[in-house]
Amino acid sequence: MKAYLTRRYLFSASHRLHTGDMPDEWNRETYGKCNNPHGHGHNYQLEVTVSGPVDPKTGMVCNLVDLDGFVHSEIVERFGHQNLNTLPEFATEVPTTENLCVVIYEILRRGFRHAHLERVRMEETMMNSFAYAGGAALRD
Amino acid sequence: MVYLTRKAEFAASHYYHNPDFTPEQNRAIFGKCNNPNGHGHNYTLEVTVKGSVDPKSGFVVDLKQLKEVMNREVLDAMDHRFLNKEVPEFATQIPTTENLAIAIWQRLAPKLKAARLHRVRVYETPDLFVDFYGEA
Repeated sequence: MKAYLTRRYLFSASHRLHTGDMPDEWNRETYGKCNNPHGHGHNYQLEVTVSGPVDPKTGMVCNLVDLDGFVHSEIVERFGHQNLNTLPEFATEVPTTENLCVVIYEILRRGFRHAHLERVRMEETMMNSFAYAGGAALRD
Repeated sequence: MVYLTRKAEFAASHYYHNPDFTPEQNRAIFGKCNNPNGHGHNYTLEVTVKGSVDPKSGFVVDLKQLKEVMNREVLDAMDHRFLNKEVPEFATQIPTTENLAIAIWQRLAPKLKAARLHRVRVYETPDLFVDFYGEA
């Protein structure tokens, strides 16, 4: 029996949306308030969905201790209370939540071995959210 | 095809234990959830059904009937119960959120008439939920 398990995590970080490839005026017009040179922050809600057969011995798709341990050390510790623009992941990319979603998906895809990664979804605020499934269509 | 989701809440207790494991293995794998006296959650259940909209009623499903089936098959059996001891499925399976979603699907699927079951989602807490789509 295949089931999908979703776990939510919270971390806070700051960012500024700005690309050095474009003139300042373009950045101001495109990113609006998010282009403020001093940056601003969000409480990001991260949702990680993994899937797989339910192990008859444990009743689990994967042990939450493994998922929580990986997400805390590789994602929450890495991005929480950081200025995203200062991190190597965003040296050349704008730290939009779209790009953050893809970066986090790739960290999980490369490193998490206990279940199949289905999807990463992020809420930047209560009003907007982003999801990435490695290019696959989302299942609802 | 239109999808309709109905929510319900129930409170229940459970613990995780596999009699084939040693006590040390049970503690190592299940941690705090292995406490034999159990612990509880406020579960939120979301049942999503799908079907075409009946041109006469404008409904995918009669919500009253769906609510009755959910009440009879799930809430009457599980609300304010100790899942390991009072729900027959969990005499032989561990009442994880995964197995709970599967058990609820298996209880509901044969009882629905007009609409087909699409998804069962069970929240154990607001930060943890499981989806089951009836896949083998």
